[in-house]
Amino acid sequence: MYVAVKGGEAAILASYDLLAETRRGNPSVPELRLAQIREQMGTAVARVMSEGSLYDADLAALALKQAQGDAVEAIFLLRAFRTTLARFGSSEPLDTSTMRVRRRVSATYKDLPGGQVLGPTYDYTHRLFDFTLGEESAATPEARPADAPLDAVMARVPDILGQEGLLEVEQPAAGDPAPTDITRDSLSFPAGRDVRLQTLARGDEGFLLGLAYSVQRGFGHNHPFVGEIRLGEVAVEFTPEELGFPVDLGDLTLTECQMVNQFAGSKHVPPQFTRGYGLSFGHAERKAMAMSIVDRSLKARALGEEVVYPAQQEEFVLYHSDNVEAAGFVEHLKLPHYVDFQAELELIRRIRAERAAHAQGATMPEAAE
Amino acid sequence: MDQPLAAGFTDAVLESQEAFRHLLDALSHPGRIERLGGALTPPPGLTPAGAALLLTLADYETPLWLAPGLGAPVADWLRFHTAAPLAQQPAEARFAVLTGAPGEPELAAFPAGDDLYPDRSATVILQCAGLEGGRPVTLAGPGIPDTRQIAPAGLPAGFWRQLALNNRQYPRGVDVVLAAGSSIIGLPRSLRLETAQGAL
Amino acid sequence: MTAPAQQHYNYAYLDEQSKRMIRRAILKAVAIPGYQVPFASREMPLARGWGTGGMQVTAALIGPSDTLKVIDQGADDTTNAVSIRRFFSRVAHVATTEKTRAASVIQTRHRIPETPLSAGQIIVYQVPMPEPLRKLEASERETRKMHGYGEYGLMHVKLYEDIARYGHVATSYDYPVAVAERYVTAPSPIPKFDNPKMNMSPALQLFGAGREKRIYAIPPHTRVRSLDFEDHPFTVQRWSTPCALCGTTKTYLDEVVIDDRGGRMFVCSDSEYCEERREAGHAGAMLASAEAMKLVDARQPEDAP
Repeated sequence: MYVAVKGGEAAILASYDLLAETRRGNPSVPELRLAQIREQMGTAVARVMSEGSLYDADLAALALKQAQGDAVEAIFLLRAFRTTLARFGSSEPLDTSTMRVRRRVSATYKDLPGGQVLGPTYDYTHRLFDFTLGEESAATPEARPADAPLDAVMARVPDILGQEGLLEVEQPAAGDPAPTDITRDSLSFPAGRDVRLQTLARGDEGFLLGLAYSVQRGFGHNHPFVGEIRLGEVAVEFTPEELGFPVDLGDLTLTECQMVNQFAGSKHVPPQFTRGYGLSFGHAERKAMAMSIVDRSLKARALGEEVVYPAQQEEFVLYHSDNVEAAGFVEHLKLPHYVDFQAELELIRRIRAERAAHAQGATMPEAAE
Repeated sequence: MDQPLAAGFTDAVLESQEAFRHLLDALSHPGRIERLGGALTPPPGLTPAGAALLLTLADYETPLWLAPGLGAPVADWLRFHTAAPLAQQPAEARFAVLTGAPGEPELAAFPAGDDLYPDRSATVILQCAGLEGGRPVTLAGPGIPDTRQIAPAGLPAGFWRQLALNNRQYPRGVDVVLAAGSSIIGLPRSLRLETAQGAL
Repeated sequence: MTAPAQQHYNYAYLDEQSKRMIRRAILKAVAIPGYQVPFASREMPLARGWGTGGMQVTAALIGPSDTLKVIDQGADDTTNAVSIRRFFSRVAHVATTEKTRAASVIQTRHRIPETPLSAGQIIVYQVPMPEPLRKLEASERETRKMHGYGEYGLMHVKLYEDIARYGHVATSYDYPVAVAERYVTAPSPIPKFDNPKMNMSPALQLFGAGREKRIYAIPPHTRVRSLDFEDHPFTVQRWSTPCALCGTTKTYLDEVVIDDRGGRMFVCSDSEYCEERREAGHAGAMLASAEAMKLVDARQPEDAP
């Protein structure tokens, strides 16, 4: 029987309480502290910071705790906070050639100045459970220092290729204008590289991963090589208007991937390798790699390649990579839609009734008007 | 500057909300006189209405073009309170203030947007002697039930011709706000002049 | 950087710079009726697709002297409407009401109230897909050109194909309109029953699409024409029964399933309009039994301040 929907506010408040209770889980189990999440769930924190577009590990940890580990919900929390922050200006461009490298691998050269640096990676772990992690007091792990310190500065592989003129040159636009801020301007097309890279940097890792994979499998024309992946710390600097010189704000942990792709050229330009670029906060190689493949794929139009596959279509990729927007719109289907559904019901009944009347009229011509 | 700058809004949040609603009403009801509240005392030359609208809408993202006759105190006051950069050319402006003095640029000098993005256009505040008592002109278009007659006074020669030209390129065009004292009339690009050209 | 213990938000949540940006977009929207103005949509503390565009427009408009009504599916009590109304009474200290007549700003999802809007009122629509051509042409670059040059042939072809296949235009909500005979515009997913209310309305109509980052407007007293053909004029939904609670035959009805044997009951979608009629003594066929079972209130108390 019909129940007038009353008491919506009480129901909403009760849902908050139920959520809090569910989030806490069994109260006999100690509650997670933010420092534990920040220190021991580092890659989850990195993803929330990257796609939330805010480098704040403590807030990302809080977001993950509040969201019960749901990355997209945590990213949303961070974004909704970020949007209320005052904006002071743009930092100086980050210079990843000055990165204090902790990991650096290149697939294009066997060895190179600075060497291959494996660093902290899951790559060669066998995916066998380490059941000691399930024990209460596992020993504190300690890595043995290398025999010799790493080079303080390592040249980036694309720079090495660039010296030979083999890699496409990428320069800031004339006058080095401040990049568009996609959080303050809506997308328009064709989108500039700044807009593309920002959108991909905060794009959903899973979506970009799938797109990158599609490029590799043939829904794209690229044959990417990992020129270099590097992980480490880079200083971020800001020049306050009143000082006129840059001030060091601290370090960011970054993962950078530069993907080298099959060459392009023309009558006037000798063939050159092309570049795809990926960058993310924290240690996030999968995201940076996927981003770099998609970035390169989106150069298709500019390089005169035929645009046929999803990963080459700028509007398709840039409009659909944001998981906060995508999740919101998919999930809004749980909101009531009964007014529109009623409109559909009325229409479908009317069309069916007219068809039925018409069919009846056809068999009984005397009943027709 | 020897003199300290005159104050802006005392409660920026609420006063700008109120001024915005008056301007929204003015552009939604072209030709209707809207009286803004508040008690701004901008430097001489700038009307309280024009001042309130710019304090409400202009900021570092919106280059502002000021008629030369407005003078440095007005420019300093607006830059201090809004942080809007001053446009060197009318074609760079998002907001402009005209006083109706001879030699000021015509409406067509300001950005009218393009066919794809007609919103990328300027809003021009034209200060005039009064919003009543001038020669009557009949308007029609969105926001006007049938027609509406207005009679602003002290408009520059050729203004209505410029406004008719502005409407002719619709949806491109600038949007005009007439300001006298604390009152305004909105003249969005969508409105049509019903009074014959020859009569203006 | 550290997490603030207690976040202090600006009046109406948005910072003043964001409000200025949205206000500028609203003003351009009013000056170009039906044209979708791109704006730098902010992240809101509510999911994209749940009314963030409407909320940003309302946040940019609202002041302490406003009275806000929020409806979803025509009702003031649906959970999302309650949630948005709570948000604004918290962040903007604004009076709220369920009475259409008492509201200065009405934020809505999917309906226009049955009580005719009046001069001075502003209705803010929550819009999921602002582009009426999107289902016919996926590319924004292309649809922008169509609007720019007023090339709407594709839309007419689609509507005519529907008529050929079904005998009707198969669009029953979000039915496209021509605003001021220039821009083809999405009225948001209101049932086409509500389209005629948009035409020459004395109220200002504002549309906010947060996820798609567009704002558009229909000024008061502006012609809004639902697209149709001479041989297939536009029509609205009709029901064969009056509202079971208030007896009116003039409103859009919700269909309520009352048992598992095909029993149906049709009641006003606009809950406030229906209550007002019942308070005035009108009764539908099932009102007495509904009251007896305490399924509807016999009298609707006023909002607490």
